[in-house]
Amino acid sequence: MAEKKRTGAQALLDVMHYHGVEYVFGHPGGAAIPIFDALVGSPIKFILTRHEQGATHMADGMARASGKAGVALVTSGPGATNTITGIMTAHMDSSPMVVVTGQTITSMLGMDAFQEADVSGITYPVVKHSYLVKNVHDIPRVVKEAFYLAESGRPGPVLIDLPKDISSAEFVPDYNAEMDLPGYKVPGAGDPEAIAKAAELLSKAKRPLLLVGHGAVISGANKAIKFLVEKMRIPVTNTLLGKGAFPESHELNLGMLGMHGTAYANKAVVACDLIMSIGSRWDDRIVGRLKDFCPDAVKIHVDIDDAEMGKMVKAHCSIVGDARLVVEELNTQLKPADTSDWLKQVAKWKKQYPLHYKMKGGLKMQYVFDEIYKLTEGKAVVVTDVGQHQMWAAQFFKVDQRFHWISSGGAGTMGFGFPASLGAQLARPDSMVIAIVGDGGFQMTLCELATAAINKIPVKVFVMNNRYLGMVRQWQNLFYEDRLSGVDLEGNPDFVKLAESYGIKGWKIKRNADVRRIVKEALAYQGGPCLVEVVCEKEDNVFPMIPAGAAVSEMIIEPTKRKLAKPTGST
Amino acid sequence: MNNSPESHAISLLVSNKPGALIRIALVFARRGYNIDSLVVSPATDEKFARMTIVANGDKETLEQIIKQLNKLVDVIHARDHTGEVMVDKELALIKVQCPIEKRTEVLQIVEYFKAETVDLTEDTMMLQVTGDSERINSILVMLNKYGVVDTVRSGKLIMSRGHATT
Repeated sequence: MAEKKRTGAQALLDVMHYHGVEYVFGHPGGAAIPIFDALVGSPIKFILTRHEQGATHMADGMARASGKAGVALVTSGPGATNTITGIMTAHMDSSPMVVVTGQTITSMLGMDAFQEADVSGITYPVVKHSYLVKNVHDIPRVVKEAFYLAESGRPGPVLIDLPKDISSAEFVPDYNAEMDLPGYKVPGAGDPEAIAKAAELLSKAKRPLLLVGHGAVISGANKAIKFLVEKMRIPVTNTLLGKGAFPESHELNLGMLGMHGTAYANKAVVACDLIMSIGSRWDDRIVGRLKDFCPDAVKIHVDIDDAEMGKMVKAHCSIVGDARLVVEELNTQLKPADTSDWLKQVAKWKKQYPLHYKMKGGLKMQYVFDEIYKLTEGKAVVVTDVGQHQMWAAQFFKVDQRFHWISSGGAGTMGFGFPASLGAQLARPDSMVIAIVGDGGFQMTLCELATAAINKIPVKVFVMNNRYLGMVRQWQNLFYEDRLSGVDLEGNPDFVKLAESYGIKGWKIKRNADVRRIVKEALAYQGGPCLVEVVCEKEDNVFPMIPAGAAVSEMIIEPTKRKLAKPTGST
Repeated sequence: MNNSPESHAISLLVSNKPGALIRIALVFARRGYNIDSLVVSPATDEKFARMTIVANGDKETLEQIIKQLNKLVDVIHARDHTGEVMVDKELALIKVQCPIEKRTEVLQIVEYFKAETVDLTEDTMMLQVTGDSERINSILVMLNKYGVVDTVRSGKLIMSRGHATT
């Protein structure tokens, strides 16, 4: 490449290609045209989305299915601001992403030029880092840094704002330019003293519990965790995003804990004498009322981000480091204790309070998920949107492998699931990818049906249609005396006809008797994307439930007729 | 748990790049932590800048803020120096009402505090005073009875003693 002149945009794509980027998702516009021009003839495949938000969720889905940064490319102003929801979603869930935004020419910066937005300013709170490139020679270094920052340490989104005169300027790029990040630290193996202390605490515990989160998935700590669990005979519970860090079909797994977690996981949280979190940030959906969160248990916290230490829970032992490296080291120091009484107790709760549903009334989402789970033999990559269906999916899909569960956790972004599934499918062409979406969230990004159809991305979309914004309806039903407000989705389209209008195969399920047959047909379908509309029971509620702001011990296991106080938690 | 607000002196070494300041300010703002003073200047190596921030709030929140600051890519290090022995200096310009008949009195105060007169008009005097913040507060108390017209303070500058890094 030496001495060969390239434009800034070409150099941008060159470095991305060297980095292994295969797909870029996005939408063009004036300020980004030089970059789109450079895409012509580039080995990088561009996927035109119908909205910039879709592009970011696709990039995010790709990242969560592969562990490598997804890339979104959009124009300035409104194009850039349409990515904010996707950037924030990735930021909250520590998903690696690089977002390139076009920008007005440097001489017009700050002049309220056409389609100008101060994207750096707008995104500061939701990015890991951002760049406004004002010198074309900086491009190779900046792009390298962006990917390194996005993917290393605690991953997150990085933004590159690229003025049009910079992307079109010609120069001789120095692709060997060194990164310049003197302030950036990536914690590694963790403090040996803290690890030794954790090993000692674990060896002494009578009723230990392991909590695995997204950090455990991201770092690839699976094998090490399995070794630890089986050696120490500790029950494991996972966060919503921690699904897949430890096999959920394993006898020592208790499934998800927290607001809609299993009763037995939450009972174990209340009763344990030690809880060790690996890569979870003790989210408020998990700990409930903080001061009552396993007050008597010894707490060990493993996280790559020092700023998570003491943010929610004051741990007795904090280990800042990569989850895989920390657990691997911990494993060399373990002395198993006898946990058989504790495991008996946990098994008893498992038997006593199983997740269940009744087959009477309308079609239950739980039943549909149960059937999909069985028919896919638990091997599919499951991507969900946000709402009741998400919680039931989390309860009924047992995830055994990392990167097989993709869901918007921290941000709770409606509209995430469907576009994220497209990115996941492109990242994993050999896997079956299933999108589980609600009728509410799906309508926020369903314009991407065109993206799925044109690119023949063979995701299988299950639209759980209960004609309600079900989770809010559930809260209104339980805590606001059933005064329903703003939750009726009157006006829903016929989703099958809608899919067909894009040339996508569709089915509708209305009865229990049709579930197995149609799910089988959809799973076997080979002609590209397809959609199954499931017309569900309108007024089912997700249980167990810990009301927001309540203590874990105040969990409601079964539907209740008693009047409940308004939740005190923030959301 | 210590939740009573107190003043903290925080030093930062940061990359000398646009946007660094706003990222730092946002960490404080998001937590509702008030910045009392902020001094920025180039460091010995011009690739970096030095910041001294004096901020008010509870200790627990500040610990989180320091961690969040250290997480920023542009921040080389951030440290709270509260309770440490360190050199702490501030400069203030004080304009005080000073008719001719009061000049001798005011000049006695100037002399006591080893301040300097940097401007004089018929009925005002401008003083320059340096020292720790307490010293500046003290001279202001003394000058108040003559009528302080205006004050400009640099904000606290701190440096650790000996080989300790600031």
